[in-house]
Amino acid sequence: MMLWLVPLLPMIGALLPPMLIRTGRSACANTAAFVSIVTLGLLLSRARDVFNSEVEIFTLPWVQQIGLNFSFRLDPLSLFFASMILIIGILVIIYARYYLNRTDPMGRFYAYLLLFQGAMLGVVLSDNLILLLIFWEMTSLTSFLLIGFWRKEKEARRGARMALVVTGGGGLALIGGLVLLGQIAGSYEISHILEQGDVIKASPYYVPALILILLGAFTKSAQFPFHFWLPHAMAAPTPVSAYLHSATMVKAGIFLMARLWPALAGTETWFLIVAPVGLITMAMAAWIAMFKDDLKGLLAFSTISHLGLVTMLLGFGTPMAAVVAVFHILNHATFKAALFMSAGIVDHEAGTRNMKRLGGLLWIMPITGTLSLIAAAAMAGVPFLNGFLSKEMMLEEAAHTVYPGLPWLFPVGVTLAALFSVAYSARFAIATFLGPKRDDYPSSKPHDPPIGMWLPVALLVAPVIAIGIMPQQVVGKTLALIAGAVIGGPLPDYYLALWHGLTPALFMSFIAFAGGALLYVYLPRLVGQLATVPRPDGRALFEATLDISVKTSRRIIGVLHAGSLTRYLRITFVAILLFGFYAIWTTPAYEGERPMLPVNASALVAWFTLVAISIMVVIRQSERLLALILTSAVGVVVALTFIQFSAPDLALTQISVDVVTTILMLLALNLLPKKTPDEDSLYARWRDGIVAVTAGFGVAALSYGIMTRNGPTDIAEYYIATAKPGGGGTNVVNVILVDFRGFDTFSEIIVLGIAAISIFALLDVKLKDAAVRRLRAMLPKEDASDAHPLLLVVATRVLLPLSMLVGVYLFLRGHNQPGGGFVAGLVIAIGLIMQYIASGYTWGAKRLHLDPQTAIGAGVAIAGVAGLVPLLFDDPFLTTTFTYVELPIVGEFELASAMIFDLGVALTVIGVMVLTLSRLARVEQRVDPAPDTRHAMDIPLEKAVPPAAELIATSTDGKD
Amino acid sequence: MELLVSSAIGILTAVGIYLMLRGRSFPIILGITFLSYAVNLFLFSMGRLTIDAPPIYQPGGTTYADPVPQALVLTAIVISFGMSALIVVMALRGYLETGSDHTRLSAMEDETGQSTSQADTPAAPRNGDRA
Repeated sequence: MMLWLVPLLPMIGALLPPMLIRTGRSACANTAAFVSIVTLGLLLSRARDVFNSEVEIFTLPWVQQIGLNFSFRLDPLSLFFASMILIIGILVIIYARYYLNRTDPMGRFYAYLLLFQGAMLGVVLSDNLILLLIFWEMTSLTSFLLIGFWRKEKEARRGARMALVVTGGGGLALIGGLVLLGQIAGSYEISHILEQGDVIKASPYYVPALILILLGAFTKSAQFPFHFWLPHAMAAPTPVSAYLHSATMVKAGIFLMARLWPALAGTETWFLIVAPVGLITMAMAAWIAMFKDDLKGLLAFSTISHLGLVTMLLGFGTPMAAVVAVFHILNHATFKAALFMSAGIVDHEAGTRNMKRLGGLLWIMPITGTLSLIAAAAMAGVPFLNGFLSKEMMLEEAAHTVYPGLPWLFPVGVTLAALFSVAYSARFAIATFLGPKRDDYPSSKPHDPPIGMWLPVALLVAPVIAIGIMPQQVVGKTLALIAGAVIGGPLPDYYLALWHGLTPALFMSFIAFAGGALLYVYLPRLVGQLATVPRPDGRALFEATLDISVKTSRRIIGVLHAGSLTRYLRITFVAILLFGFYAIWTTPAYEGERPMLPVNASALVAWFTLVAISIMVVIRQSERLLALILTSAVGVVVALTFIQFSAPDLALTQISVDVVTTILMLLALNLLPKKTPDEDSLYARWRDGIVAVTAGFGVAALSYGIMTRNGPTDIAEYYIATAKPGGGGTNVVNVILVDFRGFDTFSEIIVLGIAAISIFALLDVKLKDAAVRRLRAMLPKEDASDAHPLLLVVATRVLLPLSMLVGVYLFLRGHNQPGGGFVAGLVIAIGLIMQYIASGYTWGAKRLHLDPQTAIGAGVAIAGVAGLVPLLFDDPFLTTTFTYVELPIVGEFELASAMIFDLGVALTVIGVMVLTLSRLARVEQRVDPAPDTRHAMDIPLEKAVPPAAELIATSTDGKD
Repeated sequence: MELLVSSAIGILTAVGIYLMLRGRSFPIILGITFLSYAVNLFLFSMGRLTIDAPPIYQPGGTTYADPVPQALVLTAIVISFGMSALIVVMALRGYLETGSDHTRLSAMEDETGQSTSQADTPAAPRNGDRA
């Protein structure tokens, strides 16, 4: 079976409700329910095999290096939890259909709910610890969305945040714990880990692993002292509370403890930690529940108390206690979900959940009332209901469990807790449903809700009674199977029955009922006095911790994020320097054995030029235009260096890019201040100068050290040897670009395209207010008398076809001789840009039938398609093929598919250059869309439209 | 020759870093350009220096310059253009929006006389008075 589909189906199905909400609320709810029902069907189709004691495991390797596999496990325990998640999920979905208001976004609600359901299914079905962690975190995230569903309400947001912080924080600890566990056991597969119990318990890392895992489980299952988030999570819509807090979310921690029981439980450490935490949680939460006036608040603390009960039983570490734990999980899920839904019905009908304003509802809502009373009785542990059975068995276990040094702790503790639970159950039942009918309910006429709302409750109450009367017949076999899966060994000898004779448990139960009844009667009088007894309040601590961390973070950010780029850069440079110096210091000698090349005169001249320029730039940097021109001269020297040292391709590229860069900066400088104010103190200059010179020395020493050594040459030799036979070209640099490392080049042109489009986005926005004012101030006050000099216009137009020809020539020969797509694109782009410069933007844009954005897109697309075609022939991405073609006059030349790729490169480069420069050249158009044809010294090759007409036509809009 | 090239790389780096540590956008742009030159030459020098032996395959040829750094540097040159262009445009847009080409927030606020971080604090009297 496709076991992996079970968790994934609800997640995929989560897409449906938001899409279908337009077709109606019922369709939306039905789809959500349908998804869950299909998933349940899928799950139950394998139930029979599981009942025949077959464990199904599905494994798909995922990231094996870290032990992460996509593996799932279906055994009685996971089947039990998964069915519980799905069955209660379906009921909640039906119930929510009637519960949610018209104004609530139902599609979103069901999407969250299904996502959560899928995540929970993943937790219980995972057979891999890391996979389990992933799903575990997903439950934290999706429950955050569910709890905060009414996002406008402050309480909902706070509750959601608290739940996320607490369970997410526990999740962090859990990651550590499970990784430790996996390392101890030598595998992350749960199936394997469960067999390694003895190895794990003997490991020195057992205790840290156990504590970390328990932190995760306790936070999730709201165990003391992490219980405080659960009551605040009650700000969620009631269906969510019913789902998260009866059947699913909080059970995840319990599930984890049950799942890993064979591997972790049974040691003294386990007992000493887990059992008391469970007992404290159970008693304390039951105590607090008695004083809650809010129905959901009472149920929330009751849930914590019952979770504590299960935790305590698992903590006992005996097989029998594990059986009881499983039995109680099952019983609690049924009656607690029913009670949550009843609370929601009461809230819905009577308009309040405050017990002080309720009472006598049984008489006006007989169906809801009866069902709720039965469920509440089960919660109290009344005989003939399922709650009674598991509680009796729990008392029996606790009666003869001895805590070292405090032999009375467990018997007395559980009796007290049972006593409190009788009292709060009585309060829930009596204050809400019994007593005289009132006529001051906040909502005028409460009555039984539509069947869709009470039917789920009825379906849950049915097993409460059935199990209560005939436990062995109804759940005997199921329980044995599940308990067997938890224990992972032989089952203890037990029998489920109503009557076990006069046992200590019966006696304790009797005390609990009598005491509970007494407590209930005196409760109103006690409230005033007892409420002052200090209760552990995690919330205050939580808020305080959160407050402190927020303040500390602010302070750290205030220091680090000082809003000074210069400072960040200085820190970065100094840090790099320190590392670099450590490296150079610890290197024995940095002059290598490779003989140096002799210095020639031209190199010396170039070197001195470079030094002179550099000094000039530093001294005269406040004159920006001068500094810019000097900088571009450096580019020429660099290009000469490339020529000198056998890199013709680089020289070509450098010189073309230099042209474009200089034009770009000139255009920008046009709109920026022309001078840098002399504002740096002498100290700042010296400080930065020292940093810069030191860095310069470091880099020089490093490159000198490398250049005087012989390095590995095998990659270079391989490329040179393979370029011709493998790539079909003799220009090895180009073959590397378009073939060997074509994927790099492909990414490069994408990056270039993104940069150009970002520039487009930055400059295409209409400027506003102050920006417009500044731009106007920056623009030259008077137009140049001759904006488009005739000489320049003529020269550039003559040059255009020439530059095109050179571009095509460089492109075609690029595979064998210096050239290629990058250079060809640059040369053509320069030819085009020259037209804009000489004849004006409007003139150029009108005549260039190439939209630069389209060129970028087409270029990347062509390169991509050229790379994809080989896939059709089962070759890897970007494989090239080539052939030789004989053409008249040109002679034989080679046609490689890499050329198509190179064409894409060239097109992208053209698009990027033209787009960037043309946008920058007409920033002022963002302010005044005035035509710049006014002074266009256009050569009237044909009878042109008189400029005046154009002026009028375009200047009517936007000119003020 | 190696000494000349490595010292040139060092000088370009020093100028680049010095300019990048200035507090205004335009010197920083120039600094980035200088540093790009330096880095490209540095990368190129990783293939060692070779004279008169371009990496263009010839039958019978034996010595070639290392083509790998050349290919890397070629794309680096083009990419550094893209990066410079983006930074230039960001500097320009930033200047037009704020009226200052400072890269230090406090200096920028002093110059423009307005708080650029109104979102964080409801009022910054320090600057508000001046505005």
